[in-house]
Amino acid sequence: MDTLMGLINIEHEYDFLEELTYFRCGSAVPFAGRYRLIDFTLSNMVNSGVGEVAIFSNRKYRSLMDHLGTGSDWELAKRHGGLFILPPDWNDPTDISRGDLRHFHNNRDYFHRSKANHVIISGSQFISNTRYEKAFNHHLENDADVTCITTRVNEFKPEHVSQLRVEHDEDGKILNLTNDQQNPHVFTGVYIIKKDVLLKLVDECIAYHKDHFFFNGIKENLHRLNVQFYRYEGYSAFVNSIESFFRQNMNLLRPENYKALFFKNQFVRTKISNEPPVKYRKGAKVSDSMLANGSVIDGEVTGSILFRGVKVRKGAQVKNSIIMQRCTIEEGVRLENVILDKDVHISAGQTFIGSREKPFVVAKRKNI
Amino acid sequence: MSKECVGMLLAGGEGKRLGLLTKNLAKPAVPFGGKYRIIDFTLSNCTNSKIHTVGVLTQYSPMILNKHIGIGKPWDLDRQHDGVSILSPFTAQKGGSWYKGTADAISQNMQFIDQFDPEYVLVISGDHIYQMNYQRLIDHHKEKQSEATISVIEVPWDEASRFGILNTKENLEIYEFDEKPQNPKNNLASMGIYIFNWKTLRKYLIDDEASDSSSHDFGKDIIPAMLNDGLRLFAYRFQGYWKDVGTIKSYWEANMDLLEEDLSLSLNSKEWRTYSHDSNYPPQFIEPNAEIDNSLVNSGCWISGTVQNSILFEGIDIGENTLVKESILHPSVKVGNNCTINRAIVMEKITIPDGTVINGEEYDEPVVISSENIEKFVTE
Repeated sequence: MDTLMGLINIEHEYDFLEELTYFRCGSAVPFAGRYRLIDFTLSNMVNSGVGEVAIFSNRKYRSLMDHLGTGSDWELAKRHGGLFILPPDWNDPTDISRGDLRHFHNNRDYFHRSKANHVIISGSQFISNTRYEKAFNHHLENDADVTCITTRVNEFKPEHVSQLRVEHDEDGKILNLTNDQQNPHVFTGVYIIKKDVLLKLVDECIAYHKDHFFFNGIKENLHRLNVQFYRYEGYSAFVNSIESFFRQNMNLLRPENYKALFFKNQFVRTKISNEPPVKYRKGAKVSDSMLANGSVIDGEVTGSILFRGVKVRKGAQVKNSIIMQRCTIEEGVRLENVILDKDVHISAGQTFIGSREKPFVVAKRKNI
Repeated sequence: MSKECVGMLLAGGEGKRLGLLTKNLAKPAVPFGGKYRIIDFTLSNCTNSKIHTVGVLTQYSPMILNKHIGIGKPWDLDRQHDGVSILSPFTAQKGGSWYKGTADAISQNMQFIDQFDPEYVLVISGDHIYQMNYQRLIDHHKEKQSEATISVIEVPWDEASRFGILNTKENLEIYEFDEKPQNPKNNLASMGIYIFNWKTLRKYLIDDEASDSSSHDFGKDIIPAMLNDGLRLFAYRFQGYWKDVGTIKSYWEANMDLLEEDLSLSLNSKEWRTYSHDSNYPPQFIEPNAEIDNSLVNSGCWISGTVQNSILFEGIDIGENTLVKESILHPSVKVGNNCTINRAIVMEKITIPDGTVINGEEYDEPVVISSENIEKFVTE
C-alpha cells in the first residue's frame, strides 16, 4: 500500500521575525492565540493519516522541543513511528554533505526504517488547515516523482515576494519554478516525493557538493523528473516577516477567515496546557477579539488577540494588539498596535503605541 | 509493592435530585465550571496530594464517565504500576451483584486494595466541589493515632439538621454520628471524606458484609459500628470552599460561586491546578457588538450577543441581539439571534432557535433545558 511519511524541514527558514525569533526558531513563533506556526503543517500531516513525522531543525530549537514534547498532543507519541525531532548531530568523519543535505545524509535511517514509500515535506511558514489525501491521490494517479502543493494568490503582499511561482504544461507537469512577480500561482513549500527518488537525489546532490535539496535536487532537475502540481484552494497565509505576522494574525479577526482556518476541517492541534476558561470580571469590556483560555480580564480589549493566561487589569486598554502567553497588563496601561512576546509585564499607567505597518514589539520576559 | 495510601473514589451514584442532568449520565460526570466534570475536582485533589493509586467505583450510567477518566492522562494518573483503575461491579466464582452501598462497593474490591498492601485507605466521593490536600488529612490521622478520621466542615447552625453531624470532644475525637439531627448538638458536618487504617477497615467490612440488616453504608453502618466498639475516631477540620452539588439549585449555585472574586477555590491557581480534558478548540471569538460581563467562557465559543453572570462551556454560539443571563450552557450549545435565556441550564448540543425566550425566574429552581423539553420553550 502506498503510504506517506512526514518531514518538516526548517533548515532554510531564517529568523526573520526580529524580537520574536531572538531566542526561538521561526517555526516555534506563537500564532493565532494558542498555536505555534509549526502546528498548522504538523496538524495537516497528522489529520491526513501520516503516522511518523521528522523535524529537521538546526538551531534555537529549545522552545520548539518544549512545545512538541513527545508529540502526544498530536497523537504522535507511539510505540512505532511518531515524532522524531532531529537537531543537528553529525559524527560521520567521511561526511561531505552541505546545507540541508547534512540532515538528509545523517538521518537516512529515518527514511530507511519506515515502511512508507512517499514522503511529504514542508516548512512551517505556510498556514492552512487542510488534508493531503487528495494531493496524494493526485501524486499516485500521475505516477509523479514529485507533487508540489500550490495555491493562487489573489492579492500580492510583501510575504509573497520570495515564494516560487509555478509554470506548467497542459498536463499539469511543472516546467519552471520562477520568481516572476506577476504570476499568482505560487508554490506553498509543501511537496510529496517518492522515497526512492528522494534518496537518489540526496546522493546526487551530495556527490556534486550541492547545499539545498529542493533547489538543487528538484528545481534544477525539472526537465528529467515528473514534477506535478496540486492546487490547494482554501484559506491560507504565509508568515515570513513581522509585518506579515501581525497582518495575518489580525486577518483572523474577520469571521470568514477565522471560520475558514479553524472550522473547515478538523481542529488544528497544539500543545494542551490545561488552562481554565477565560474569566471576564465585572466591568470587563471585550469586543472584536480572539482570546485563549486562562486569561483574566478586568479592562478593555478591542481588535486584539490574547494568548493563554493573559491578565488585563482594571482600566487598562488593549487595542489592535497581539498579547502572548502569560503577559500581565497592569491598571491604566494603554496599548495600541503592539506585540508583546510571552511573559511580558507592563507596569501601571504606561502607554505604548505602534503602527499597523510597524507594530511596537516587546521581547520575551521583559519587565517594563 | 506496597503503597502508603490507596484512594477509593465513589462515583457510582445516580444523583436523582439532579433530574434531567443525570438522566443518561453519572453525577460525577456532569459538566461543571465551563470546562470540567464534577469528578475532576476530586481527581485533581488526588494528583495534587500525591495519591497516585486511585480506584474509581462506577455503577450508574458510566459510559461517559469511563471515557472521561480513560487511563487518567489529564491527571497524570496514567502510570506503570498504579495510577487510576475503573472498578465496576463484576461477577466471580460465587456470582456477583451490584454495589449495594458505599461500604459494599469497597468490600467487593478488597482484592484491588490488597494488591497494594496499603497502610491507609482514603474514601472519597466524586460529587463534591472542593480543593483539599489529602496529605494534611493523613498527617492529622497519624498524629491522633486514629483508626478512622473523617473530614468535617463547619456549617451554619440553622442548616446543621440537613447534614450528617459529628459530635466531637474538644480534641476532635468523635463520640457520636448524628445523621440529619433535628436538634443538632454540633455544627461539624461530615464531608464524606474518610481515611481508615486498612487493617481495621478490612475487618469491619467483612463483618458488615455478613450482616443481613446492614445497609452497607459508611455513615450509617461502618462508622457507628466502630464508635460502638470504642475505636479512636477523629474529625479533621477542613477550612475552605466545599459544596455538595446534590440538587439542581446547589449545582447552579456552585457554578455561580466560581464568578465570585474572593472565592477561596480558584481555577486559576498554579499551586493547586484543576485538571481536565482539553478539547483543543480554537480560541474564543468575540464579535464587535458582543458584551460579556462577570462570566466564564471556554474556548471555541462564538459570541455576538450579551452574556452576563454565566458559565459557557466549549464550542458555544451566542447569536446577535441575544441575552444570556445567570445561565450555564453545556458544550456545543447553539443559541440563535434575538433570544433571552435567563437562569437556565442548557444541556449539551441543544440548539435554541431564533427568538426563543426562556425565563427560569418563573420556576423554583433554575430550569434545565434538554432535548426532551426544548420544544416546550420554542415559540412558533
